[in-house]
Amino acid sequence: MSAYASRGGGRDGDGRDGDGKDGDGKDGGGGGEADRERAGRVDDRAERLVVAGFVTSIIGAVALAVVYIVGGQPQWEGITLALALGGIGLAIAVWARYFMDAEEVVEDRHALASTEEEVAAFTASFEGGQQTLARRGLLTKLGLGALGALGLAALFPIRSLGPRPGKGLKETAFAAAGGGSGKPLRLVDAEGRPIRPSDLSRSSLVTAWPEGHEHDADAPTLLLQVDIEEFRPLPGREDWVVGEIVAYSKLCTHTGCPVGLYQTELDLLLCPCHQSTFDVLHGAEPVFGPAARPLPQLPLGLDEEGFLIATGDFSAPVGGGFWDRGRT
Amino acid sequence: MTSEEAVAKATPLSRRTARWLDSRLGAAGFARKALDKVFPDHWSFLLGELALWSFVILIATGVYLTFFFDASVEEIIYNGSYVPLQGVEMSRAYASALDISFDVRAGMVMRQVHHWAANVYLATTVVHLMRIFFTGAFRRPRELNWLIGVGMLIFSIVNGFVGYSLLDDQLSGTGLRIAHNIALSIPVGGTWLASLFFGGDFPGPDLIERLYVIHILLLPAVIIALLGLHLALVARQRHTQFSGPGRTERNVVGERVWPTFAAKGTAAFFLTAAVLCALGGLAQINPIWLYGPFRPAEVSAASQPDWYMGWLDGALRLWPGWEIRLFGFELPTPFYPSVLLPGITFGLLALWPFLEARITKDRDEHHLLDRPRDRPLRTAFGVSTLAFYTVLFFGGASDVLAVTFQTSVNALFQAFRIALLVLPPLAGFVTYRLCQELARRDRPGASTEAPRVAPAASDDGADNRRQIEPEDEPELDPASTAGVPRG
Ligand code: FES
Repeated sequence: MSAYASRGGGRDGDGRDGDGKDGDGKDGGGGGEADRERAGRVDDRAERLVVAGFVTSIIGAVALAVVYIVGGQPQWEGITLALALGGIGLAIAVWARYFMDAEEVVEDRHALASTEEEVAAFTASFEGGQQTLARRGLLTKLGLGALGALGLAALFPIRSLGPRPGKGLKETAFAAAGGGSGKPLRLVDAEGRPIRPSDLSRSSLVTAWPEGHEHDADAPTLLLQVDIEEFRPLPGREDWVVGEIVAYSKLCTHTGCPVGLYQTELDLLLCPCHQSTFDVLHGAEPVFGPAARPLPQLPLGLDEEGFLIATGDFSAPVGGGFWDRGRT
Repeated sequence: MTSEEAVAKATPLSRRTARWLDSRLGAAGFARKALDKVFPDHWSFLLGELALWSFVILIATGVYLTFFFDASVEEIIYNGSYVPLQGVEMSRAYASALDISFDVRAGMVMRQVHHWAANVYLATTVVHLMRIFFTGAFRRPRELNWLIGVGMLIFSIVNGFVGYSLLDDQLSGTGLRIAHNIALSIPVGGTWLASLFFGGDFPGPDLIERLYVIHILLLPAVIIALLGLHLALVARQRHTQFSGPGRTERNVVGERVWPTFAAKGTAAFFLTAAVLCALGGLAQINPIWLYGPFRPAEVSAASQPDWYMGWLDGALRLWPGWEIRLFGFELPTPFYPSVLLPGITFGLLALWPFLEARITKDRDEHHLLDRPRDRPLRTAFGVSTLAFYTVLFFGGASDVLAVTFQTSVNALFQAFRIALLVLPPLAGFVTYRLCQELARRDRPGASTEAPRVAPAASDDGADNRRQIEPEDEPELDPASTAGVPRG
């Protein structure tokens, strides 16, 4: 290192003078003695910085090991790692700045494009080979055909990655309750307990699932107790409520986030993802934000034991839209 | 002892190793050229390097994390040392991420450094891209490297998103659900795409494992390959340089790779690593233990993606609820902001060098960089584009801002929508005038182009160390401007 320092020290004088605008004039001129002394002082300071950097690094590394051995602690691990790495970084940076050649070198840029002769030679070689292939033209074509066929055949395994998108997007487990064949399906909470209308209150929001499907990602349903005087059901859905209780899909029709915020005083449901807002009193129509469609509604009923049931599937496919959502 | 052996004894080990290698590879000529290569120096050339070093840290910490992460959605009961979640049912993926944070010694630091490195990597990449754009470094012959760079940016953004989606916490699950719906919104093939990628309906049973393979194998391999090409092209085409005394289109002025440039690069690596480790140790990032395990029916309020996804989140929020429905088919709202907009964004970005060449009819080779002020139109366009994405980015924080400033989200949305239409052209106009003004101020002195012609012939490069700006330095040393016509 000292060899570097002394070698660099000599050059260093003009190196840094170059930074000052008056550089070269001074170097050639008289102020040599004072300049050299100043340069020497700067050199000393720089060398001390380099030493400090490396020493800091060693201390940091040792401290890191100690921190680790005594049980580890994220903050101290970060600090000691930073010291160990930063010490080396600082030392090398100072070293490069003060004791290494800062001389500017000029190099020619060679043309990137090849010369005409090179191109001609390449063309000749390539076309020579091409002719060899062309002589057996049919074989070449057949070979390419075989490769193409293989490529196409290789695409088929991709099909195994997932099932044909079908009913799954358009139906939920509640579909079992619909139609003439299905028997009504109970609504249950996350633990699978059936829900009575009396379990709800005006300010609360209960998330329910079809019984036996408490983990279905597409079936979470919001049960809300609304002010039935104000409630304006959509045409044809007059009997979809039980008492004051109405049920909507919990999945936002924008990009499917769970709509989790219920502003009771305003009777609005708010999606935390992009702030779409839905009118609880009127078919959960979107009143604000990027969602374009209402939250699908679930037809509710009561079974003999007084538990809430679904009498069919949601009024529309749940969650965000897709190409053929409206087709059956 | 033969004389050959005697020589061998006398030479140091490093030399003998080099000899050994060279007699098998014949690489001395090439290696010498590499050591002697000249690199122009400017602070802004460091940006790409910082991205590179952050990427190295990403790989290093990432490999460490793979030893402990378990990409499985099998449900287990957590009984690690984070008390609030003990006894909670969760996936192995989430549990192992908690273990890395609390039960693997040094795991927390590694995880946080990894996440910080990802953010810094993408930030430096984007700023590097801006440098390339505003100085016209993408022009011929560097269009290919621009394309490679844009490719790396896209893959890196995707890999960042996939990376924080792996952990199966509440926040990342919500993000994946949005991604699923975005895939669904693509016309015709969207439902197929979503089904094949997610392995069925959301959240497919294989999803986390698939994301894991993509995150630690597929995309890193692609990015590393592109990175290699990116650097190889820089070496082949040589770096650009700013104009200045002695610098022309036909030369490279700078310092040699060995040892100065190499030392500075090494220092930059260690300093980058140090900063990332300090951040990883001291600045908490993505505290997944606070979010809880993913439950499809739950959502955490004010969920924010990582910064490089912010513009997409903002676009999703601000785009009005328009849907086109025809013959029972529909184009859902998310399609425009989250498929069309990124498509246009990256498409335009990739094609920019070709578009600009077509507009300016300038198809010459350029190795000297533009100063942004000298290309007012390009600069104005760039600034106005930045303004657009900045508004989108802040739009993505609309709920947080609404709470902070006690305004209604409603009003804020309208303000953002207006800003989105008004600010970009305004920013562009102001930039254009600013460029013109700056360029006008340059004119009274010597023309900026001039000094690089004159001194090259007379000087040996001793005074060419720094670009001498005529406007900064009215009393220029007469020697270096001799023969330059004064404007
Ligand atoms: S997912 Fe509800 S607003 Fe976007």
